[in-house]
Amino acid sequence: MEMFDAFLVRAILAGVALSLAAAPLGCFVVWRRMAYFGDATAHASILGVALSLAFALPVFIGVLLIALAMALAISALQARGQTLDTLLGVMAHSTLALGLVTVSFFSDVRIDLMAYLFGDILSVAWSDFLWIGLGLFLVVGLLGWRWSALLTCTLNRDLAQAEGINPKREQLVLTLALALIVALGIQIVGAILIAALLIIPAAAARNFANTPEAMALIAAAFGACATLGGLAASLHWDTPTGPSIICCAAALFFTSTLLGALRGRGLS
Amino acid sequence: MLRSLIGSITPLKGALTRQAGLRIGYVPQKLHIDATLPLTVSRFMALPRRVPAKDLEAAAAQAGLGHVSQAQLSQLSGGQFQRVLLARALLCRPQLLILDEPTQGLDHSGAAAFYRQIETVRQNTGCAVLLVSHDLHVVMAASDRVICLNGHVCCQGSPEQVASSPEYQTLFGASTDGAMALYRHEHDHDHDHDHEHDDHHDHHHNDHPRGPVATVTGPKVAPDANAKELA
Repeated sequence: MEMFDAFLVRAILAGVALSLAAAPLGCFVVWRRMAYFGDATAHASILGVALSLAFALPVFIGVLLIALAMALAISALQARGQTLDTLLGVMAHSTLALGLVTVSFFSDVRIDLMAYLFGDILSVAWSDFLWIGLGLFLVVGLLGWRWSALLTCTLNRDLAQAEGINPKREQLVLTLALALIVALGIQIVGAILIAALLIIPAAAARNFANTPEAMALIAAAFGACATLGGLAASLHWDTPTGPSIICCAAALFFTSTLLGALRGRGLS
Repeated sequence: MLRSLIGSITPLKGALTRQAGLRIGYVPQKLHIDATLPLTVSRFMALPRRVPAKDLEAAAAQAGLGHVSQAQLSQLSGGQFQRVLLARALLCRPQLLILDEPTQGLDHSGAAAFYRQIETVRQNTGCAVLLVSHDLHVVMAASDRVICLNGHVCCQGSPEQVASSPEYQTLFGASTDGAMALYRHEHDHDHDHDHEHDDHHDHHHNDHPRGPVATVTGPKVAPDANAKELA
């Protein structure tokens, strides 16, 4: 019984921490229409897993490096004004495929692959909390520090420029935060579903928020609820944990959208 | 041009001299607020720096905005929205107020009211106003100095000087009243490169103190839009 408690406590701590850090970043992903950007960065992280295996690095470091490289590459292309849609699709899936192929060369880790694709929150060890704590601190710290500047850039680049804010630098802050979240999230919800943990709570929060700050806080609350609900459901019905968390988040989103629509009708 | 003035882009050629510590208030052409971003008027005005409520109210009053409300920006009318942008630009007590086509999307009376507001602001604060506009009648009526741009400085000076300059007449039609120009100038007459000095001779004698309103105009309006304005 004691062992059961310990892994559950670790899972709850890791999951809630990730969803809290993902919420404010997720808001920016939604506001700046970066959803596919987040997806592509997350998919590339499987290549980061392969890199970590090849060079015996901690997974967090390998994934962080690849996610950062991918996010920087996409940012650079975006700045050039290229039509990103197709290019993102090509890059997202080719890096994912390349990562999967590369990982298969390391014969003894094939079993773990599912854990990186769909996450394995129940296997989080106390030693992982060094990275989780550090990553969480960095993401929340970065976003908190640059919050107003980021928000101004999101509204209008020229307006930000007139205030002496450099939109390129702020974009870099977001890119770094995104890479950190992907590196943290790969073990918890997996490469496939990280983008969902970013977007869904933020989208659900939109229906109840009047200010950007309120939206970030509500998104954090929704994310934490989805994590707890998903863990409970996964234990109760023995379902995979990562997907269960996202299913809970999706349920929250549909409920909140429905309530928002009803409220809107009541007002008009 | 405005984007290089505020430092958004670096000009390809030419020099930009900016007084150190110059406070610029910038009113962008149009601000699209993404539907996913909830933003109240008061929160928007306090971006990127928090300001005391007293200053918010003062700037709002200055811009002809009743009070700083908690209404969502996305639910404001065009005129109200432009006033919010103006109020926000006034928060830094600008020495130079830059407005980029501030009345696009406003109806006739709305635009007129907004221009009157700018005039009031100028009288109350004494700031210089730089306005980019295609509203020829406004340009000609309210400016102290007009610079006509068509890929290059076409002509400049007081409204009377500009209206009577041959370049302007080629651009907007020979009618003496600039506001009556109904057709669009199609070719960019490039007298800038061949005989650069010719450009300045006939309308560069403005030794009299320059007024604080400079307007930049140009023939970028679509012909039908222009015709509608005048109808």
